[in-house]
Amino acid sequence: MDLVIARPEGLYCPPGDFYIDPWRPVDRAIITHGHGDHARTGNRHYLTAASGEGILRSRLGQAIDLQTLAYGERIRHHGVTLSLHPAGHVLGSAQVRLEHQGQVWVASGDYKVEPDGTCAAFEPVACHTFITESTFGLPIYRWPSQAEVFAGINAWWRANRDQGKASVLFCYAFGKAQRILHGLDASIGPILVHGAVEPLNRVYREAGVYLPETRYAGDIPRNDPLLRQALVLAPPSAGGSSWMRRFGDYSDAFASGWMLLRGTRRRRGVDRGFVLSDHADWPGLLWAIGQTGAQRVMVTHGSVNVLVRYLNEQGLDARAFATEYGDEDESTPAGAEA
Amino acid sequence: MKAFAALYLRLDATTSSNAKLEALRDYFAQAPADDAAWAVYFLAGGRPRQLVPTRVLRELATALAALPDWLFEESYQAVGDLAETISLLLPQNGQGSDDGLAYWVEAHLLPLRGLPAEEVRQRLPPLWAQLDRPSLMLCLKLITGSFRVGVSKLLVTRALAQLAGLDAKRVAQRLVGYTDIGHRPSAADYHRLVAAESADEHSQRGGQPYPFFLAHALQAPTEQFDALLGPPSDWQVEWKWDGIRAQVVKRDGQLWVWSRGEELVTDRFPELHSLAQTLPDGVVLDGEILVWKPGATRGALAVQPFALLQQRLGRKTLGKKLLADAPVVLQAYDLLEWQGEDWRNRAQHARRRQLERLVAEYPLAPVLLSPLLEGLSWADLAEQREQSRSLGVEGLMLKQREALYGVGRTKDMGTWWKWKIDPFSVDAVLIYAQRGHGRRASLYSDYTFAVWNAPPGSPERALVPFAKAYSGLSDEEMRKVDAIIRKTTVETFGPVRSVTPTLVFELGFEGIALSSRHKSGIAVRFPRMLRWRLDKPVEEADDLATLQALLI
Ligand SMILES: [Zn+2]
Ligand SMILES: [Zn+2]
Repeated sequence: MDLVIARPEGLYCPPGDFYIDPWRPVDRAIITHGHGDHARTGNRHYLTAASGEGILRSRLGQAIDLQTLAYGERIRHHGVTLSLHPAGHVLGSAQVRLEHQGQVWVASGDYKVEPDGTCAAFEPVACHTFITESTFGLPIYRWPSQAEVFAGINAWWRANRDQGKASVLFCYAFGKAQRILHGLDASIGPILVHGAVEPLNRVYREAGVYLPETRYAGDIPRNDPLLRQALVLAPPSAGGSSWMRRFGDYSDAFASGWMLLRGTRRRRGVDRGFVLSDHADWPGLLWAIGQTGAQRVMVTHGSVNVLVRYLNEQGLDARAFATEYGDEDESTPAGAEA
Repeated sequence: MKAFAALYLRLDATTSSNAKLEALRDYFAQAPADDAAWAVYFLAGGRPRQLVPTRVLRELATALAALPDWLFEESYQAVGDLAETISLLLPQNGQGSDDGLAYWVEAHLLPLRGLPAEEVRQRLPPLWAQLDRPSLMLCLKLITGSFRVGVSKLLVTRALAQLAGLDAKRVAQRLVGYTDIGHRPSAADYHRLVAAESADEHSQRGGQPYPFFLAHALQAPTEQFDALLGPPSDWQVEWKWDGIRAQVVKRDGQLWVWSRGEELVTDRFPELHSLAQTLPDGVVLDGEILVWKPGATRGALAVQPFALLQQRLGRKTLGKKLLADAPVVLQAYDLLEWQGEDWRNRAQHARRRQLERLVAEYPLAPVLLSPLLEGLSWADLAEQREQSRSLGVEGLMLKQREALYGVGRTKDMGTWWKWKIDPFSVDAVLIYAQRGHGRRASLYSDYTFAVWNAPPGSPERALVPFAKAYSGLSDEEMRKVDAIIRKTTVETFGPVRSVTPTLVFELGFEGIALSSRHKSGIAVRFPRMLRWRLDKPVEEADDLATLQALLI
């Protein structure tokens, strides 16, 4: 029996009668992580990883009916043994392990295999069938080392500071922003954030993730010289808005996996593109799939057809799963959370 | 190679001319002369012939990356640029060779040309293995001859001039011919570019033309011209010809004809060869080569469509019949050199007066003097401009009477404006979309447009494609159109998708002619999207009859 099938409401577990990251309201929803295309409002009961509770409540409302599980903790529901395991994507992100009558399925949600210090690191979970994302499912996507990327960001910031210019770094407010904060050299200068970023910083800090001191950019008066030494983290939507005017002459950059391509970098129209993603790159996807030992792989959002064909040529039974993930701005090349 | 790759990244990362200028100055200030010589060559548009066939590169890269062919192809489709794709797929070297650009080009890359494929397959992998990713991409761009970085020759000229403390015009002059195919720039060449000016420099210039002075587009409404330009009496007004911009150089008994790309085209225009005898030495004319109606009376505007000129250029040999049917003339409008002296720093009106004298005194059969238009007001000139289309010209040229002859699109020594007539336009339907290249690689940004083949209400009315266009939309609009294309895709053929017709655009173009090569029977020149007609249903897009009515 298939433990997960695609239904109009989302990925569904027939024996357990619950959904994983449904895109239409359902009775029982397991949420792999708090990004908008995976965690939606309107479900009756929610289940998520314990470390994701703060995020989920801050995004979907404090009052949601939410049950949490520690990573690795097992529960049984209608004969299905269910547990959550770190996906290394963002704070609280989890892979969902389902076991029923000797069959094991793992739904990965979104994942990244390289540890980054802001969330529990990805753990391969052995299974018969693995449901994988494929956001960066092309061999052109190979991430540079994090050390190299952060050295680049620090050098850019330092050079701007020395020229008396603010450094505005656009990035997705949840996950990417905190990861950048965690990795930065905070001794270079003051760090300011957009209003969309600060509430998530608070949740990360409460979860015990180290983030350097940040100040709300809106609190700094327009002519304060501090602005000209600062690094500013803002969501892409702030670009081109009047909010940006306070920084006068600034240099801007964008942090995303899509910045690896010259075309996307140029289309963003920013001074610099930093290649930093919270998704697995091509070698990461293949490694993760291999680690599970799964013979059967279901591929969701991203380069679905490419990955399915490639895995089939490698002797696996790979199929496409139609989902509605990743159609939000942040997961498409045009917008780019990733 | 690393320094040049770093320069490439810096130039590529910005759209600001000042930032580019700064990057160029920084590079040239520290580059060894032999590297700088090649850097100038590539940045100013020099392209050696393709060194290795693209097919060999693809096969080799696919093998080295251990990928199936189809996956290489998918990757290439996503990236849109072959050099970049390969650089992303090959195993990476964090360190990278420290050898300079000149060494790489001369010792490693140029010798690849003409080698048997098997030998190329042996040599390339160890070379590639020596390069870090930015250098590797650059190296591949040089191998494929696809190096382009959004820097104009003028900008390179300015950077060198600033660095060497020279007049930019002088550097531009020295750069003429520098990027010719087959030229191998050396350290000595670079030193010559930036050397202090010598007394006899002007007399040693052989057949070299001057850098062309280019016009800017004027788009303001006529009512604003007085405020913007002052009275028409400050301006020399001419027709804007639709031909090939050219300089005719006569020195030391020899004749050279140069096109705007600084390409020597003397052989293409035998009609002009008599000028070697009739023009005095030390003369450079600037003008436009046009096909002229055979047997037209002198003084008549008998310009023939650009399509005829294009046909002529497409032929390898110029037969008698072609020369008889499509003879060319030079509409001369400027004099850059007279009696061996550089006249570019004299006023437009003074150059014109001398040009008129020259044409009056010498029997220069293939040369016509580009006529001046007189107008008491801008409104009056605007009215004369209305005849442009029927006369076969593109509008008017406005040249400041006091303007010196600048370099490229400079404006600091007086300005030339091209005041073109509005383009033709029709409302057309998007039916195919293709992924763009370079910065648009992941978007469907190249479109094929169609019009209806019959009036509304006709049975079996169908859309016929007639033009491709890819420019004219804002990035924001392009993203929206891209999303609609993905949603309305009917079929996908490689990089191309056919879509259910839902999108209507106003399409502008410059010229229109009958064509047997197109399904619609019509070919248009320079088609581009003027605006997205969100207000127009597909059924109300134009039909072929609208296009046919535009044919003159
Ligand atoms: Zn996500
Ligand atoms: Zn996702």
